[in-house]
Amino acid sequence: MTSSSNAESFLSKLRQVPRLPFIWQFTWVYLTIMLFVPAIALLLKASTLSPPEIWRIATSPIALSAYDVTFVTALVTATINGVVGVIIAWVMVRYEFPFRRILDAAIDLPFALPTAVAGLTLATIYSDSGWIGSLLAPFGIRVSFTRLGVAVAMLFISLPFVVRTVQPVLKELEPELEEAAWSLGASQFQTFWRVLLPPLLPSILTGVALGFSRAVGEYGSVVIVAANVPFQDLIAPVLIFQRLEQYDYAGATVIGSVMLGASLVILLAINLLQAWGRRYDI
Amino acid sequence: MTSEVFNPLSRKPSPKTDSQELAKKGEWTKLVLIGIVVVYLALVLFIPALNVFVQAFDGGIEGFINTFRQREFVNALRLTLLMAAIAVPLNTIFGICAALALARKRFPGRTLLISIIDLPFSISPVVAGLMIVLLYGRNGWFGPLLDAAGIRIIFAIPGMLLATIFVTLPFVAREVLPVLEEMGPELEEAAKTLGASDWQVFWRVTLPSIRWGLLYGLILTNARAMGEFGAIVVVSGSIRGKTQTLPLFVEEAYKQYHTQSAYAAAVLLALLAVVTLVLKEILERKTAIKDTE
Repeated sequence: MTSSSNAESFLSKLRQVPRLPFIWQFTWVYLTIMLFVPAIALLLKASTLSPPEIWRIATSPIALSAYDVTFVTALVTATINGVVGVIIAWVMVRYEFPFRRILDAAIDLPFALPTAVAGLTLATIYSDSGWIGSLLAPFGIRVSFTRLGVAVAMLFISLPFVVRTVQPVLKELEPELEEAAWSLGASQFQTFWRVLLPPLLPSILTGVALGFSRAVGEYGSVVIVAANVPFQDLIAPVLIFQRLEQYDYAGATVIGSVMLGASLVILLAINLLQAWGRRYDI
Repeated sequence: MTSEVFNPLSRKPSPKTDSQELAKKGEWTKLVLIGIVVVYLALVLFIPALNVFVQAFDGGIEGFINTFRQREFVNALRLTLLMAAIAVPLNTIFGICAALALARKRFPGRTLLISIIDLPFSISPVVAGLMIVLLYGRNGWFGPLLDAAGIRIIFAIPGMLLATIFVTLPFVAREVLPVLEEMGPELEEAAKTLGASDWQVFWRVTLPSIRWGLLYGLILTNARAMGEFGAIVVVSGSIRGKTQTLPLFVEEAYKQYHTQSAYAAAVLLALLAVVTLVLKEILERKTAIKDTE
């Protein structure tokens, strides 16, 4: 067998199974190195600990309070952004006003602005001497370096999700539908509740879940805005980082695995919500 | 006046005052809702964004420029560019391959594989960094092996690159896949029957069709690669002048009360965000125009 005939047979094979082998090979190898092996490393490391040990670390008081700060604050902020996000999407789709396009484009800012910058500027503005913080300070409300600061950072980073999931659905809903309901005597509230909300609901919930997922995992902006004091405003990702800094790999691994498990559950929920949203598609 | 013409309410045989009242009510709702949106966006987005620029020049232009002369700053800038220069091309090649593979074949578990590719978006960046530390760190799987070979990955640039690639993995694949699905295999098949090689098909047919989606994915990958904080801070140890990218430089400067340095570096990153948004908007308009054609 000469090398040229070898090459020829290889080429003819390539023609027979067009392009698939290489792109699949590359996809799998890349995913394995970059994604699968690191994920397995985390799970295997966790499996070297005994179950009682895992349970003890995962449910230690400091971890429980970190979950509380992380998940409850993320849920509250994602819900707030769910409500405001619908209003923003509505205003952007249905109303015409000056600077609308610029406002619309700026909503993606949290996707584009590095989180460290977001944390830095939010910490300054909402501090006692900052532009907004100084207005709140006389009322005894402190934002930066408290749990409220965590909430503000999470509001910032989860802002675009609901707007961007609701906007396309809202664009396809014809205004005639609302006008029909309206002219049949429905109040504005009834029109919203009975006519608009049902078809929008899957996309709203998907957006809230996406925002929640992002807020739960957020580190950069929160670590700068918060004081990171245990039992007050310490979030789970910061706790993982602190454990690593103390070379407590077991602690970091267990809490990291809890966070990974939570991400997978949220991801599953998002997929189910999206499937639910597509049930209207023909 | 024109809205009156198109308003079906005005055609309703009800008293005129009624429809006028409704229109007035609608006008009020509009103003209130726009007001809510503007105030909310100002509090959460615009005032913080404006503040970055104000603070950067607060101590005069000199302090601003002095930051750029710091050795640590220059190093951080260089590392940030390096992260993007390596992570963006690698993830672009991966994204195109994965999208091509997924778009042209239906198989059981396809949806699952798409979800897996999306996984880095759901995982906390700190957990991503932790995974890489557990794999390549001193006590990690490959730790002893790497130690023996004298290769450092954690607290060094390779680990930071791995972390950056991890968090930016899905962008290109997820932007290109829907474009390929919409395009369908017909054009590529036609080119192939006309005798084009696989490479020619990709270069002449596939690539021109996906170019806007690809560019969109590239821009997002680049923005995230330059701005990543959580994953990098875990694997890099944030060593001043050695393993600090610009976002880490910002945090460190802020913690050391070098507020103006922090904001000077932050301005560069904010400008990156503005450029990203402008390019995104241009691309969105381009693709929207194509849709209506």
